[in-house]
Amino acid sequence: MRRYTWLIPAIYIVFLMLPIYWLVSMSFKTTNEILGSFTLWPREFTLENYVTIFTDPTWYNGYINSIIYVSINTVLSVAVALPAAYAFSRYRFIGDKHLFFWLLTNRMAPAAVFALPFFQLYSAIGIFDTHLAVALAHTLFNIPLAVWILEGFMSGVPKQLDETAYIDGYSFPKFFVKIFIPTISSGIGVAAFFCFMFSWVELLLAKTLTAVAAKPIAATMTKTASSSGYELGLLAAAGTLTIIPGAIVIYFVRNYIAKGFALGRV
Amino acid sequence: MNKTVNQKAWLFVLPVLILVAFNAIVPLMTVVNYSVQETFGNNVFFWSGLIWFEDVLTSERFHASLGRQLFFTFSILAIEIPLGIVIALAMPRKGIWVSVCLVLMAMPLLIPWNVVGSMWNIFALPDIGLLGKTLNTLGFDYNYTRQPSDAWFTLILMDVWHWTSLVVLLAYAGLVSIPDAYYQAAKIDGASSWAVFRYIQLPKMKRVLTIAILLRFMDSFNIYTEPSVLTGGGPGNSTTLLSIDLVKIALGQFDLGPAAAMSLVYFLIILLASWVFYTLMTRDEEN
Repeated sequence: MRRYTWLIPAIYIVFLMLPIYWLVSMSFKTTNEILGSFTLWPREFTLENYVTIFTDPTWYNGYINSIIYVSINTVLSVAVALPAAYAFSRYRFIGDKHLFFWLLTNRMAPAAVFALPFFQLYSAIGIFDTHLAVALAHTLFNIPLAVWILEGFMSGVPKQLDETAYIDGYSFPKFFVKIFIPTISSGIGVAAFFCFMFSWVELLLAKTLTAVAAKPIAATMTKTASSSGYELGLLAAAGTLTIIPGAIVIYFVRNYIAKGFALGRV
Repeated sequence: MNKTVNQKAWLFVLPVLILVAFNAIVPLMTVVNYSVQETFGNNVFFWSGLIWFEDVLTSERFHASLGRQLFFTFSILAIEIPLGIVIALAMPRKGIWVSVCLVLMAMPLLIPWNVVGSMWNIFALPDIGLLGKTLNTLGFDYNYTRQPSDAWFTLILMDVWHWTSLVVLLAYAGLVSIPDAYYQAAKIDGASSWAVFRYIQLPKMKRVLTIAILLRFMDSFNIYTEPSVLTGGGPGNSTTLLSIDLVKIALGQFDLGPAAAMSLVYFLIILLASWVFYTLMTRDEEN
C-alpha cells in the first residue's frame, strides 16, 4: 500500500491544475472558438487577448494600481507589527491578552460589514480613490495577522539574545535593528508573504474604495464581465496574468511556506 | 518563556493600536450609529431604538441566509479538514518533490478571489466548460445556473479547490515537526499505522489543526467574492450566503438601518464562535 501513497497528492494536484489549465488555454483562444465549439486546447492559437491588455491603459493600469497598494500595505503592516509583536513576545503588561484578542477580532471582521463605513470615513478625510485608502483598509486584517505570525517567530528566539546584547553595550534601537531583525528575517519574510497574499486577493474593499485613479485589476475584470457582453477570452487572459505575481512570490518563499503556515510555533 | 512585567511595552504597541483603532472603531461606531436610527433621506436621522435588531432577529430572510451559511461552513469544514489531513500524511517528507508539491498546492491561495470565481464560472459552464461539458457527456443533467443542487455542488467544490491546500500546508507543518525518534519508538513497539496516527501524529497536529479550523471557519463565514462571481447568490436565492445578502441590503437597496443591525448580529456570531475556539486553544497551551 505504501508504494501507492504518492498517488493521493498527485491526484490532488491534477485536480488543482485543471481549472487553471482551462483558464490559461481559454486565454489563447479566439472568441469564435470559445463560443462556437468545445476544444480541449486552442486550435487557432492567438495572443490577441494579451495584446489588448498590454496596450489598453484601463487594463494595465489596473495591475500597476494593485501592485502599488499591495506594496504600501505590506510595508506598513510589517513595519508597525514588528515592535508590537516584540512587546507581546517579551513583556507582560496591563491588558496584553485582551489587546491581543481584540486585534485578532479584526481579522474576523467580514469585509461586507466594513465596506460602507470605510467608504464614508475615507471620503470624509479626502483619501477616497487613492492607493493609500486601499492600503490602509487592508491593514485592518493584515496588521493582526502580521502581529500573530511575528509574535510566534519572536517567541522562538531565546531571551538570552536580548540580555547578551545589553551586556555588550547595545542600545535598544541598535539591538533591534542590527541583531534582532536579522535573527527573525525568515519570520518577516513569511509575514510579508501573508500580507501580500491577503491584500492581493481581496476585492470587495478595494473595489468599494476606488473609482478611477486607483482602480485595482480585479475591479476592471468584474466590470468587463458585466458590461461589454461576454468577452471570455479577454477575461481569461486578465485572470491568467493575476496568477503570475502570486506564483513568483510563492517561488521565493517556498522553503519557508510550511513553517510560516504553522505561524512559527509548531 | 517567562515574561517580565513592563508597562512601557504599551509604547511598542501604540502604532498598531492607533492604526487599527482608526480603522476598526470609527467604522464600527458608524455601523452602531446606523443600527439604532431611522432615516427618510436628506441626512435626517431619528432615534429608533432596537427595532432594526428585532426585525433582523425575527426576519425569515435572515434565518434563511444564516441557515445556508451554516450549511456551507459545516460542509466545507467536514470535507476540507479530513481531506487536508489525508493529503498531508501522503505527502513526501524529503527531496525535491516536497518543494514541487508545496509550490503547486499553494497556487490556489494566491489567486484573487474574483478570478477564482471567474475561473470556476468558465470551468463549469455546461456547454463550453471542461467540468460542465464532461458531466453532461457522462449523462448527468448538470447546469449550475438553473438547478440549485448543481449550484451548491459547484460552490462547495470550488471552495474545496480553493482552500484545502491551506489545511494541507498547516497539517504538513505539524507533521514535519515530529522528531524521527517518535517513529522509531513506535516501530520497536510494533505499533500499527493507525496507532501511529492516533497517538503520535494527531496529537502533534492538534495545534495547527485548531488554527486551520479557526481560519477556515472565520473565512468561510465571511466569504463574499467567489460565490457572488460564480452564482451571484442564485438561482433564485438558493446560494445567497450572509455576506451576499448583507451587500444586497446595504449597497444595493441602501437600507442602512437594517443592514447595520444585520452587520452587528453577523459580526457577533463570528466573534462568539471564535472566542470559544480561542479560549479552548489557549487553555490547552497553558496546561
